[in-house]
Amino acid sequence: MNRRRFLPVLPILTLLAMLGPVAAGLWGTVLPAFGHLPAAGQTGPSLDPFRDLFGWAGLPRAMMLSISTGLLATGVSLAIVVLITAGWSGTRPFRALERLLSPLLSVPHAAAAFGLAFLIAPSGWLSRLVSPALTGWDRPPDLLIVQDTWGLTMTAGLIVKEVPFLLLITLAALGQADAQRSVTIAQALGYGRVTGWLKTVFPRVYAQIRPPIYVVLAYSMSVVDVAVILGPNTPPSLSVQIVKWMSDPDLAMRLEGAAGALLQLALVVGALIFWRLGEVIVASLGRRWIAKGNRGRFDPSVAKGALFAGGVSAMAVLLGLVVLTIWSFAGFWGFPDAFPDGWTLRNWMRFGPGTLEALGETALIACTVASVALILTIGCLEAEYRYGLSFSQRAVWLLYLPLLMPQTAFLPGLQTLMLSMGADVGRLPVMLAHLVFVLPYVFLSLADPFRAWDTRMGTIATALRASPDGVLWRVRLPMLLRPILTALAVGLAVSVGQYLPTLLIGGGRVATLTTEAVALASGGDRRAIAVYGLMQTGAALVPFALALLLPALVWRNRRGLRHG
Amino acid sequence: MKHLAILAALLAPVPALADIDVSNWAAVTAEAEGQTVFWNAWGGSTTTNDFLAWVGERVMEDYGVTLEHVKLTDTADAVTRVLSEKQAGQDDDGAIDMIWINGANFASMKEADLLFGPYAEQLPNWALVDAEGKTVRTDFTVPTDGFESPWAMAQVVFVHDTADMPDRLGSMQALLEWTQANPGRFSYPQPPDFLGTTFLKQVLVDILPDPSVLAAPATDENYDEITAPLWAYLEELTPNLWREGKAYPATGTAMFPLIADGELDLSISFSPGAASTAIANNELPPSVRTFVLDKGTIGNASFVAVPYNSGSKAGAMVVANFLMSPEAQARAQDPAILGYGTVLNMDALSEDDRALFDALELGVATLSPAELGTVQDEPHPSWAVRIADDWVTRFGVSE
Repeated sequence: MNRRRFLPVLPILTLLAMLGPVAAGLWGTVLPAFGHLPAAGQTGPSLDPFRDLFGWAGLPRAMMLSISTGLLATGVSLAIVVLITAGWSGTRPFRALERLLSPLLSVPHAAAAFGLAFLIAPSGWLSRLVSPALTGWDRPPDLLIVQDTWGLTMTAGLIVKEVPFLLLITLAALGQADAQRSVTIAQALGYGRVTGWLKTVFPRVYAQIRPPIYVVLAYSMSVVDVAVILGPNTPPSLSVQIVKWMSDPDLAMRLEGAAGALLQLALVVGALIFWRLGEVIVASLGRRWIAKGNRGRFDPSVAKGALFAGGVSAMAVLLGLVVLTIWSFAGFWGFPDAFPDGWTLRNWMRFGPGTLEALGETALIACTVASVALILTIGCLEAEYRYGLSFSQRAVWLLYLPLLMPQTAFLPGLQTLMLSMGADVGRLPVMLAHLVFVLPYVFLSLADPFRAWDTRMGTIATALRASPDGVLWRVRLPMLLRPILTALAVGLAVSVGQYLPTLLIGGGRVATLTTEAVALASGGDRRAIAVYGLMQTGAALVPFALALLLPALVWRNRRGLRHG
Repeated sequence: MKHLAILAALLAPVPALADIDVSNWAAVTAEAEGQTVFWNAWGGSTTTNDFLAWVGERVMEDYGVTLEHVKLTDTADAVTRVLSEKQAGQDDDGAIDMIWINGANFASMKEADLLFGPYAEQLPNWALVDAEGKTVRTDFTVPTDGFESPWAMAQVVFVHDTADMPDRLGSMQALLEWTQANPGRFSYPQPPDFLGTTFLKQVLVDILPDPSVLAAPATDENYDEITAPLWAYLEELTPNLWREGKAYPATGTAMFPLIADGELDLSISFSPGAASTAIANNELPPSVRTFVLDKGTIGNASFVAVPYNSGSKAGAMVVANFLMSPEAQARAQDPAILGYGTVLNMDALSEDDRALFDALELGVATLSPAELGTVQDEPHPSWAVRIADDWVTRFGVSE
């Protein structure tokens, strides 16, 4: 194909790869939800699936769980991030937190959830460290902490993972908000640091970080793996119940599952509208608050509280990884001992070979998907540069659409659809499903650095008779090595962490570290869970380390490019 | 001779094109070589996973069959898969070649004609199986008719940590009283988990004056009356369960760490040797022992079945046959490996093979066959299905 013709096609291809499976999956959900599933001998339309759904005794609680965990996790993470940034941006503790960001961000949700469970359960490490000396417990108290009825532990598990994500997004937005000067002026007028930031910078930053916040809300409402590990089970949250219906031996249950998936979609849309209304109210209250002219008497304590909360959430992930490491080397370790009786390599010898096999599958899928996503992204951005085919501000929402759509709303439909078309499940469909989620993240992380590249470099190279392709390959891409590698690492981490697409689209045949780890959760063997969780974390973390190291190595004799 | 060889060569492709002649073992093994068998089996127990990996190595060595363990969280997933494939018209080379199956899942697959067979009693090692003394020809009262082959015997035992709970209990009534005196120290896996449902059946079998009514299918007429004592029992039991019954362990093995940490003193297992195996793996403290009830406990066999649309039926039969071999059975019974009961008839074995079993140390927490006492029959699968559904409505969505 002529290359000149090919490049402009890439943006369309990219949109198709992202939105095609979503649209197809929704179609595959809508049909059975209204009673049409020829594979189960049902031809609709009928409302019976919804009647069955509303007849399920657990529905009110399952819906409540979905709504409360979603709103609470999003609200609390946002509050922590905003107050930390307001109180500490530019200071030393803030830079320390910043440095923790990438590793925290790449820890997969399932591994973070396991770590948290091993940490805060009544028999968890925190309780072991202080028992029986401080608590007097020589056996764990009968407390419902993990899998609690209100889903608070599950919400906490989501918060510790969303705080780093939102903080990173906020940092990126700060650059364009002229934050430092605004705060300086506000402080000159006598405003406290936090109050001054909230009154002058926050409105501008919020406008930019709104799409990712919506993503966090939609994700938290419909998450499956974290809910399986930390969430309640009597009944479970709606998304977990949908997955259960979808795997019931009775095919007719899929109709109820599809109806549940549409309900889940409606809940997410409702919550997004609710959040939007909240924005309007907060904005009008905020204007009044600004007009009042309070200078912020409680600023120092608010800032300290936010830093404490941020620190606790970061420590929860880090200590979780520490306790996973201990369990992976533990011999017998009974309560209330703070450490195991003995240390052993036996767990790694037993589960190591299994994890290596799963690592191979995980790496193959992640590398393929992340590379494809990177190629499509660079193609889109280059087409935008050469032909001015840019995404308009509205089109940015298209990028976020697959992330805003609850996974449980379209993945089961996609599975049903592929099955009825006779498409074999396996690695390739799984890769396509991963691409839906990997592409937006790769695009979002590369777009800004790519656009920020100084185009005068291109002009100079062209003057030296370089072709447009030559400029791309020999000047632009090498200069953008670090952001490209970072985008690739983001893509790999996103793919490694995918649970539901791998499980549903792979039909159980595609075993990655994530599906294996979550499957082990039901067995309760903490040593095996620890080994798999750590391998999963490593698979996501090592690429980030490489993304930091490689440019430094490649450009060791090019000082000017090292930070490029 | 030469003519026969030519004739054989001419005929050889025919069974491959049609279906396999299960009675011709040489043809089965010949066809099996090079096949890949996707065995869908519950993947929550690491000891079972290790055993299945070993089976894979052995059938590769002996028969050139590649075994892939597809780790399920719920066997029903595999049943769904085959059913969907049939609906989609995928009648050959389906995703699943073999399923570890029992009870209701088997009954529904057999009824829907989703299984390949009969094949089990034509396997060479069937001759060694104790078909008279063990329930290997019925699965939850449903005749297997050769559509699944047995590979392990299971029986309900109660697992207790003698450090906290020294004495055994004789009946479900005694268990209820013990939980009232020791609230929060007992739990069972959340139905419809297999073991959780088994606990419910065990309660019913133990408290009914005449459990033989459970051998016939449950009907709309008799279900409410017969199960009423079970729900009354659970209403009394639940407030004194671990976490007051607001959360349940997911599976049987998920209760091991709870016992190891002293959260539970008592739980249930379907494998008489599992406690000894778990002690050997550092998963349970050495003070753990097992007991059965005075009237005996429910027992059954674990089976493997081959879906009708498997593309590797010969390979699956080779694996099924290997699972019934003295070598595999002795390894499965070894408490350091799995601790599962054997399906074999010791009298049918050669002296060398019997020596494999005699050499086994059953482990500190494993009861001898005599101590295991009477094996009570599984109720008809229709009971389990309805009881599990009912439990979910009554206790599974309460909070």
